[in-house]
Amino acid sequence: MIGAPIRTQGPAGNAGTIMDRSIPGRRASGFAPLDVPEVAVPELYARRTPPRLPEVAEIDLVRHYTGLSQRNYGLDTGFYPLGSCTMKYNPKVAEEVAALPGFRRIHPLQPDATVQGTLEVLWRLEEALCALTGMARATLQPPAGACGEMTGLLMMRAYHDDHGGRRTKVLIPDSAHGTNPASVRLAGFEVVGVPSDTRGLVDVAALAGLVDDQVVGLMLTNPNTLGLFEEEIERITELVHGVGGLVYYDGANLNAIMGHCRPGDMGFDIVHINTHKTFATPHGGGGPGAGPVGVVERLVPYLPSPVVTRTDSGFAWDHERPLSIGRLHGYNGNVGVLIRAYAYVFAHGADGLKSVSELASLNANYLASLVQEDFPLAYPGRPMHEFVATAKPLKDATQIRAMDIAKRIIDLGYHPSTVYFPLVVDEAMMVEPTETETKATLEGYAAALRQAAAEARTDPDLLRAAPLTTPVRRLDEARAARHLKLRW
Amino acid sequence: MNFAPHTDDEIAQMLSAIGAASLDELFDQIPQDVRLQGPLGIPNGISEMEIMADLRGYSLKNRDLDQLVCFAGGGAYDHYIPSLVWALAGRSEFYTSYTPYQPELSQGTLQVLFEFQSMICELTGLEVSNASLYDGATALVEAVHMAVGAGRTRVLVSAGVDPRMIETLRTYGRGGGFQPEVYAGSHPDVTPDVACVIVAHPNVYGALEPVREHFGAAHDGGARAIQIFDPMSLGVLAPPGELGADIAVAEGQPLGNFLNYGGPYLGLIAARMDDVRRMPGRIVGETVDIDGTPGYVLTLQAREQHIRRDKANSNICTNQTLMAIAATIYLGWLGPDGLCELGLQCSSRAAYTADQLTAIPGVSLATPDAPFFKEFALRLPRPTSEVLDALVDRGFLAGVPLSTPEGDVLLVAVTERRTREEIDRFAQAMRAVLVNP
Repeated sequence: MIGAPIRTQGPAGNAGTIMDRSIPGRRASGFAPLDVPEVAVPELYARRTPPRLPEVAEIDLVRHYTGLSQRNYGLDTGFYPLGSCTMKYNPKVAEEVAALPGFRRIHPLQPDATVQGTLEVLWRLEEALCALTGMARATLQPPAGACGEMTGLLMMRAYHDDHGGRRTKVLIPDSAHGTNPASVRLAGFEVVGVPSDTRGLVDVAALAGLVDDQVVGLMLTNPNTLGLFEEEIERITELVHGVGGLVYYDGANLNAIMGHCRPGDMGFDIVHINTHKTFATPHGGGGPGAGPVGVVERLVPYLPSPVVTRTDSGFAWDHERPLSIGRLHGYNGNVGVLIRAYAYVFAHGADGLKSVSELASLNANYLASLVQEDFPLAYPGRPMHEFVATAKPLKDATQIRAMDIAKRIIDLGYHPSTVYFPLVVDEAMMVEPTETETKATLEGYAAALRQAAAEARTDPDLLRAAPLTTPVRRLDEARAARHLKLRW
Repeated sequence: MNFAPHTDDEIAQMLSAIGAASLDELFDQIPQDVRLQGPLGIPNGISEMEIMADLRGYSLKNRDLDQLVCFAGGGAYDHYIPSLVWALAGRSEFYTSYTPYQPELSQGTLQVLFEFQSMICELTGLEVSNASLYDGATALVEAVHMAVGAGRTRVLVSAGVDPRMIETLRTYGRGGGFQPEVYAGSHPDVTPDVACVIVAHPNVYGALEPVREHFGAAHDGGARAIQIFDPMSLGVLAPPGELGADIAVAEGQPLGNFLNYGGPYLGLIAARMDDVRRMPGRIVGETVDIDGTPGYVLTLQAREQHIRRDKANSNICTNQTLMAIAATIYLGWLGPDGLCELGLQCSSRAAYTADQLTAIPGVSLATPDAPFFKEFALRLPRPTSEVLDALVDRGFLAGVPLSTPEGDVLLVAVTERRTREEIDRFAQAMRAVLVNP
């Protein structure tokens, strides 16, 4: 079964900006009458010309932004198998609880005694995250995974400063996400790449040659970016620990292993969790997320400040942490996202989370098996929650590229997978179906991929012209960068 | 609770198709030594109605702003959020989408972000903005990263900048090779190794700063001028671009976003076009498709971490797009006249509140000579924490306590939501707490 075409309920072509609907003198906003004396800011500081914001009525706003939403594809619209992004169904109950006034209408700087409910939720979530990852304590402050990486690296820095002095090098596999090397540089360290072997795993012999007393640590996902479990993980963490380094677990792929194994038991010292991936908080077109970071006992003193603590009189923020790396966010992190994560974690429970990882892996393996003839796996071995296939054989035969396949998939009714990542695979197609998709959906997507591969041989121009059913067709990205138009 | 849709029959069929005997076999590649042996240490799952009851119970243990009349600010404010903001931002096509990597499927998100960038440029009087950062404090960190380099590593911070922001700068600065240096007054000593001068206007005490003096010194010394602003003030206060700011950053929460106990919020940033390639995060640009139809894409991606990796000037990936969508709709609701009226409402209600409170014996403004916008700092005749607690008992969130070199002060913020009746009751309660404790 092929999915329905992408709907284009909004007007085709360009919708115009909200500014195009502006009519001088029209207005949506209103306030209660001013019941105190009018006092303006002194003339010296005053603005002379108002900003050019749209002058529109409420109905204009509703029609305009409803129309724009219809030019968007969300997870509720359909299948969204972006590899490494874990686009699973977002439970509606999590939205309802996070919107309760007791959670949503509290100020970040209220006295602790007035926010005991939220502090206890954060405390229990921290405990659950530590249980899930095998860590001793965690900070919930980082607002996203990349900030979690920065948090981990700054803790490594502080740890080494207290234990033998400054080191310089952070080891990162060549298949890592771009945030890893970017974070390393911002933390003031140098990136050293670790090659993959022919199985797509860390080349342990090469790693052994790279470790020395200048190694701050290693950053790794497991399963790795190819969806493969690093079977020699114990040897890998031993090698790094052997030279006094620390090992960082990038939680991008935590959805694969919940209830089956824990980073702490593999030898990792620091773990970040992308709650917006693993615990299904909606991605909002690019964020918000949350990137809690757990650590083993010896790194607890370095956690960002403050942390939630339990006292005789209830829960409180503990600011008295002399070795802490400090504050990573202006307030308490993305608390609203963390409440959704709490709902997900405790509603699923230990049994449910274990099942999530099993069915995520089942779905990925099943989908891989359905498309392997046209799109073989880039590396042998059984993938876990996601797989990386390659369109290289098809490209060699037809000149049709992974991007053309992706664009044709759009016309066939689906959001395509990630393409051209990881960088170590030619014509990569990285597919993560997640556990919340039905067998029929996977079969529909596989049929679409197979149809696109067949068309590459019979009607390649159809793929090069795709997509045809969307509000706009392929966009000129080079022109966008050359003739910058970034505002009205 | 479990949202996986599989039936037992389907699981059996799928296992058979991939040649596995059981679900457990899918984990065979994990070495036995690291397999989880015991239970996970989390209770087993519960139903939707149970998790709802559990979290509702916790929410009722908080005293929210329907129970406490809010005079707290410090960067996060109790402004009114019109119903349409989240009715629209909450549409699932926005809400459940990923980062717009496939532009043909993401014209909605991309266009809203283009409108957002446009509105932030209009507010600030600057030329380029982006698709949002995490919050105000991390936006300031990103602005400093833009400024530091080419032999300029010193970061001068006005004493009027929020200590939470300075603390955040200090944390990231340990990696970035800079440390904030706080200066008093409005004439920083800008030597050739100074990268930037940072001024908050209004400042942490709510006071209006002589911004042009600070920034004149910055520019004379060849450093970048960075202003921290309050977006709600920019209908009535001159925009950062006009005051000489090269980069302007803000906490964007007041723009249609709930207080949420500190997040999710959004960081705002705007700069001059010369600095566009130093800007962090995602930027949306307008272009055309192969038929010539206008459309939007993520542009200048060569700056970003997924392309430049360790050469990128920022590591940000996930940002706060949904909050930016809400901010865009909110600013559309306000319009230019609404933004100006909002500013006048805030300044008038704040002035009235300050008059009522400083009429109480022993209460005075901490910076009596400086004009303010919607927030002001009070010196109290009793310890601020005691006063705060006593006022919570009377139904008021009286403000945010702040330690200063001259002693503790209470920051009191007044938005357009605070009625004269609430302000009068607040002043009476404060008087009762201070005069007849």
